[in-house]
Amino acid sequence: MISILLERFRQGRRTIAYPSGSAPALPDRFRGLPVLDSSRCPEGCSACINACPTDAMARDAEGLRLDLGRCLFCAECTESCPSNAIEFTKEFRMAVRSREDLVVRSGKDLERARPLEAKMLRLFGRSLRLRVVSAGGDGSAEADLNVLGTVVFDLGRFGVQVVASPRHADALVVAGPVSENMKYALLQTYAALPAPKLVIAVGVDAISGGVFRENPEIHNGVGDLLPVDLFIPGSPPHPLSILDGLLRLLDRLEEQRGEPAS
Amino acid sequence: MTQHTLLKMRTGQAIPRALLPRLSFQEFRAAILSLVGQGHRIAAFFGDTSASSGGDIDLHAVLTDSAHGLLRVGRTTLESDRFPSLTSECPALHLFERELAEQYGVYPEGHPWFKPVRFHPSYRPGHDAWGRDQDETPVVGVTDFFRVEGEEIHEVAVGPVHAGVIEPGHFRFQCHGEQVFHLEISLGYQHRGVERSLVGGPGKRTLSTMEVVSGDTSIGHVTAYCQVVEALAGAQVPLRAEAIRGIALELERLANHTGDLGALAGDVGFLPTASYCGRIRGDFLNLTALLCGSRFGRSLVRPGGCRFDLDADQVGRFQERLDMAYRDLEGAVDLLWNSLSVQARFEGTGRVSPEAARALGLVGPSARACGLERDVRLDFPTGIYRFAHVPISTWGTGDVFARAYVRWLEIQRSVAFIKELLQTLPDGPIQIQSGVGPLLPDHFTVSLNEGWRGQICHVALTDDQGRFARYKVVDPSFRNWTGLALALRDNQISDFPLCNKSFNLSYCGHDL
Repeated sequence: MISILLERFRQGRRTIAYPSGSAPALPDRFRGLPVLDSSRCPEGCSACINACPTDAMARDAEGLRLDLGRCLFCAECTESCPSNAIEFTKEFRMAVRSREDLVVRSGKDLERARPLEAKMLRLFGRSLRLRVVSAGGDGSAEADLNVLGTVVFDLGRFGVQVVASPRHADALVVAGPVSENMKYALLQTYAALPAPKLVIAVGVDAISGGVFRENPEIHNGVGDLLPVDLFIPGSPPHPLSILDGLLRLLDRLEEQRGEPAS
Repeated sequence: MTQHTLLKMRTGQAIPRALLPRLSFQEFRAAILSLVGQGHRIAAFFGDTSASSGGDIDLHAVLTDSAHGLLRVGRTTLESDRFPSLTSECPALHLFERELAEQYGVYPEGHPWFKPVRFHPSYRPGHDAWGRDQDETPVVGVTDFFRVEGEEIHEVAVGPVHAGVIEPGHFRFQCHGEQVFHLEISLGYQHRGVERSLVGGPGKRTLSTMEVVSGDTSIGHVTAYCQVVEALAGAQVPLRAEAIRGIALELERLANHTGDLGALAGDVGFLPTASYCGRIRGDFLNLTALLCGSRFGRSLVRPGGCRFDLDADQVGRFQERLDMAYRDLEGAVDLLWNSLSVQARFEGTGRVSPEAARALGLVGPSARACGLERDVRLDFPTGIYRFAHVPISTWGTGDVFARAYVRWLEIQRSVAFIKELLQTLPDGPIQIQSGVGPLLPDHFTVSLNEGWRGQICHVALTDDQGRFARYKVVDPSFRNWTGLALALRDNQISDFPLCNKSFNLSYCGHDL
């Protein structure tokens, strides 16, 4: 018993100060929100577009556009770019409310997730229960969702909790491209959630199918099957990105209230 | 010259497909059974229709001879949609034969446990091993389940959506009160069509696909894939890159083993270790992110080397953080071994006998926990493991305790190995400067790697253009799920989470 107490003492308190304090430092090589600078693109160059495994990168009249909903954050584009027109920053805040908002353009800020509408906020603002369903997921987004339950992130302090039964849940969190073999179970799980309910797509697979996009065995993400309320890009998203998205939805971020989304 | 047995080759070697011995089915069967009788093990067993324009099915076998570090390979052409099953004589083939039947619509006659694996339509329209109609798409989970009948016998069905943040699978228990007579595990919910999407590659998506075969084993699978490509391209990876790959592979092991020890503690209600290990697992993931920016090792390993290097300053920080994490982990895990309440729950629970483990061909820590000495890093060393060695960790009791304790032994050895590599990091480039050339046409190669769950086996056959005509992935989970089913026999159903976590198998790696 005494050894357990001593060890407890030694391990100390490890919960991060975020969001009231600053977020823990991310590694130098962390690939967060990409920033594009079309003005650097050499005439006629399409190296990044050709290099991208998932066709996330494209060019239209306004210049380069990068769809975070398809981006694997694999850095094939930055590596192929002869003029450093693409840079992955250490910005982990990337969650948005609508699919179109995931498109990053040169010189345009990301339209980060707005809080839920007043009525939903009243219902879920102080208590949100999640049922996570992996539908063809590779296990990594699931793992980093689990991480939110550790002492480091301590999701419970925000009134957010993962529950076993969909009957007890307010939101369905989906990971994976939605395999054909999980489609029915996913829809049944959604149906079992009492209304009003939310759907949160975590990771590139759930948003667009990721690297499996257009495979006949999968459904290109959850978007065509269920109404998605929050999109959290990443492959998989960093736990901080997921936490940020959830807190934005629940209007729990100081910065969000101080400076409304630009 | 006609050969009547399987050809000897090595991992990392590419041989022309024409050299693959083509045996009669009788010879093929006799060769496999005789070699397995001599202690060789099944690594892969799969079908392929790319060799003939007529759609003939070639059956390929890859066996491992760990005593000599050799592979034995060969093939036979199936003459009809039926062939005599080998499973009764070689149980390690049971799932391979079911997979083959499902993919190519051929029936292994006499298979004792003949059910679909992933519930997808056959690759050959019109040929179905279960005689299902061509228009009838298989429905996942719809199959005959084994049933125990009798007074007071009841059945418990769980999943695909089951408690926790976990992948989906279906579990059926035949119980008498709390006692489990039999557990049947039916998967396939995570099937994404990995193998078929690889045909025609390597392409833009191939590397990223390998990273998510099983998302917690990115380094393991990508390294196996890169070794396939490098063998087929005749590329020599710089030693420094091999060292970094080794560091990353061991970090993957550390993170997952640590997480599992914490989860095991959680499943017996021992919360101190559960919460410490949950955090320390993150420390190891963050070390991987220090290396490559991704906690799951994405974008680090690539054909020809690695994408990221470690400079002297990073090596210093790396070492420091590894030491800190290990110190915390030691304290957290010691509590496990010193708490009688934990030991009482771990010991004797979910026991798998060495005989069963050997017959089923279990791999990785699950096999080593049954006292079987099998570890690819030792038996078939590639990359940096040819120069630096990780001693093998075994324990003989085959129970939850053994699977937990083997993890802890491996953690200690992986930490020592990483530290050794950091101190002796070879100089030089981390990538082949000129890049990796085109792949040899009409060749065959096999790569083996010891992922944290055990043996990862990739086999590639190229076409006349040097593209993948067939790519076979064997994830260790494919070998071990039956081990979990056996572990539950005569145990309490309430111990299922504990037993499950002690294996912690991948659903997506199995379902592909």
